[in-house]
Amino acid sequence: MAAVQDTAVVVGAGAKGRPAAQGRWASTWAKHGAGYMFLLPWLIGFFGLTLGPAIASLYLSFTSFDLIRAPEWVGTANYVRIATADPKFAAAMRVTFLYVVLSVPFKLSFALLVAILLDRGVRGLTFYRAIFYLPSLLGGSVAIAVLWRQLFAGDGLINSLLAQFGIEGPSWISHPNYAIWTLVVLSVWQFGSPMIIFLAGLRQIPTDMYEAASLDGASKFRQFYKITLPLLTPVIFFNAVVQTIDAFKAFTPAFIISGGTGGPINSTLFYTLYLYQEAFGNFRMGYASALAWILVLIIALFTAFSFLTSRYWVHYDD
Amino acid sequence: MTDAIMSSVTAPPSAPLGRRGPLGSVLVHAGLIAASIAMLYPLLWMISASVRPEDEIFASTSLWPSSIDVASYLRGWFGLDVSFGRFFWNSLVVAVLTVIGNVVACSLAAYAFARLRFAGRNFWFAIMLGTLMIPYHVTLIPQYVLFLNLGWVNTFLPLVVPKFLASDAFFIFLMVQFFRGIPRELDEAAMMDGCGPWRIYWKIMLPLSLPVLATAAIFSFIWTWDDFFGPLIYLNDMNTYTIQLGLRTFVDSSSTSDWGGLFAMSTLSLVPVFFFFLFFQRLLIEGIATTGMKR
Repeated sequence: MAAVQDTAVVVGAGAKGRPAAQGRWASTWAKHGAGYMFLLPWLIGFFGLTLGPAIASLYLSFTSFDLIRAPEWVGTANYVRIATADPKFAAAMRVTFLYVVLSVPFKLSFALLVAILLDRGVRGLTFYRAIFYLPSLLGGSVAIAVLWRQLFAGDGLINSLLAQFGIEGPSWISHPNYAIWTLVVLSVWQFGSPMIIFLAGLRQIPTDMYEAASLDGASKFRQFYKITLPLLTPVIFFNAVVQTIDAFKAFTPAFIISGGTGGPINSTLFYTLYLYQEAFGNFRMGYASALAWILVLIIALFTAFSFLTSRYWVHYDD
Repeated sequence: MTDAIMSSVTAPPSAPLGRRGPLGSVLVHAGLIAASIAMLYPLLWMISASVRPEDEIFASTSLWPSSIDVASYLRGWFGLDVSFGRFFWNSLVVAVLTVIGNVVACSLAAYAFARLRFAGRNFWFAIMLGTLMIPYHVTLIPQYVLFLNLGWVNTFLPLVVPKFLASDAFFIFLMVQFFRGIPRELDEAAMMDGCGPWRIYWKIMLPLSLPVLATAAIFSFIWTWDDFFGPLIYLNDMNTYTIQLGLRTFVDSSSTSDWGGLFAMSTLSLVPVFFFFLFFQRLLIEGIATTGMKR
């Protein structure tokens, strides 16, 4: 663009002149060099910490590797075992899918419901919004998982509350049928982020659409169904994809609540927890690498599927 | 708890028209207040449990302790072989270094993507967006092997060095979006005056981008502070534990014997996050609303 000049008349002080550029190399450097200089940290990171390791883990997934001896090539044995002879993998898949299917719809429904209640003309909007958002901000921490573990323990707060109504609750976290539900409730409790995104989406809907509809005599429910919902579909879609991918990768709450075991009877064995156990508990690094690639495959398939089916229900009006 | 919210919002959501009737508005507020209480109840109960005398913690479901007793805080603080002061300090060091790394490395890359012209820019930008999609589990094991061979296990280096190499690509994306909104005339005028890209970055871009830098810094801090997986893998020596690992150890060691101490330390571990929430709420909420972050 503008020629690089030696004379510097600049804002601030301490201008350094640059050596006069000469020759083809120098002019190429002047043109592209700066960009690559700025990009250098990221480039080193990309090759050294992302691309390199990704290729390495693809290779490791075809080996048996215990971190001490050199990796030993086993071909597709890891993948075959995952697909055919690993009950724990099957359990982890079941638990993870159950968690996704239960937590994401509930979470998004709450987020949407509360966003609509908050949308227009509510006094104290910022106050409510802040309160609903706080759990999302705190949710990833061990402290909250610890708290949850106590809330849903046999002698915990939830059962104390139920006892006041004369109901005797089970020991939620140590019952294979209920343990997953405590994690679902924890996830739903953190509906703040999608709620904020919904609120931003609702802001985009022009008020005059509603005015026109109510002049035509459309009931509020009909307005919601015919205007709000269709216009929000892109935001709903976005939230659904992000939250689902996130749910596939959930780790900390299950780890803390089950004490790292994924129990009782594998009922909270999230996929990532199983991967962690294989890699850093049993030091089966090759097998864990294969598990990681299966996770990528699942997430990629899900994402592709979402985008393909989105054509039929997501309404972009450009 | 969810039932409580459910039953409190039995009224169908009134369509978001500007005006609600007085009755509708009362119902909406009643529902929202009930939901707020349900949301905050566990947190408030934990804080209140942390200042109760030990024998009273599970005796009541109310939020008001009969007397304030800080013994739990002292017991918790010194409850393990290494004091919690050490864990807090470790967390602080890791979080602050992460913030610096993210702000420096990501803003450098973002400036290149947003403003500089060089061969392959769009290609690298697409690659960078691609890395956002990949779950970190794929690179986890080779990275671990790499850091193990470098002798970095049990130091903070595996947690911090990647940040100085802009490994949190999400923040690059965030900053690129912001940089693109800064008028190009400013860069061009500075170039006319003979400024090179470094000076433009340093004197124009960064000062004008304080909101986005602050957003990135705050989210970096909170996510790092709350991170459990990274420290769990790389830190095995109790002297290097972060607060999250310290809490987890406390759970395992004291299993149900010292709830007071556990809640006291849990409460303390949330204080920094709560501080950012109180003072930078607007930035956090805008950050989420504009980029669709998940947390």
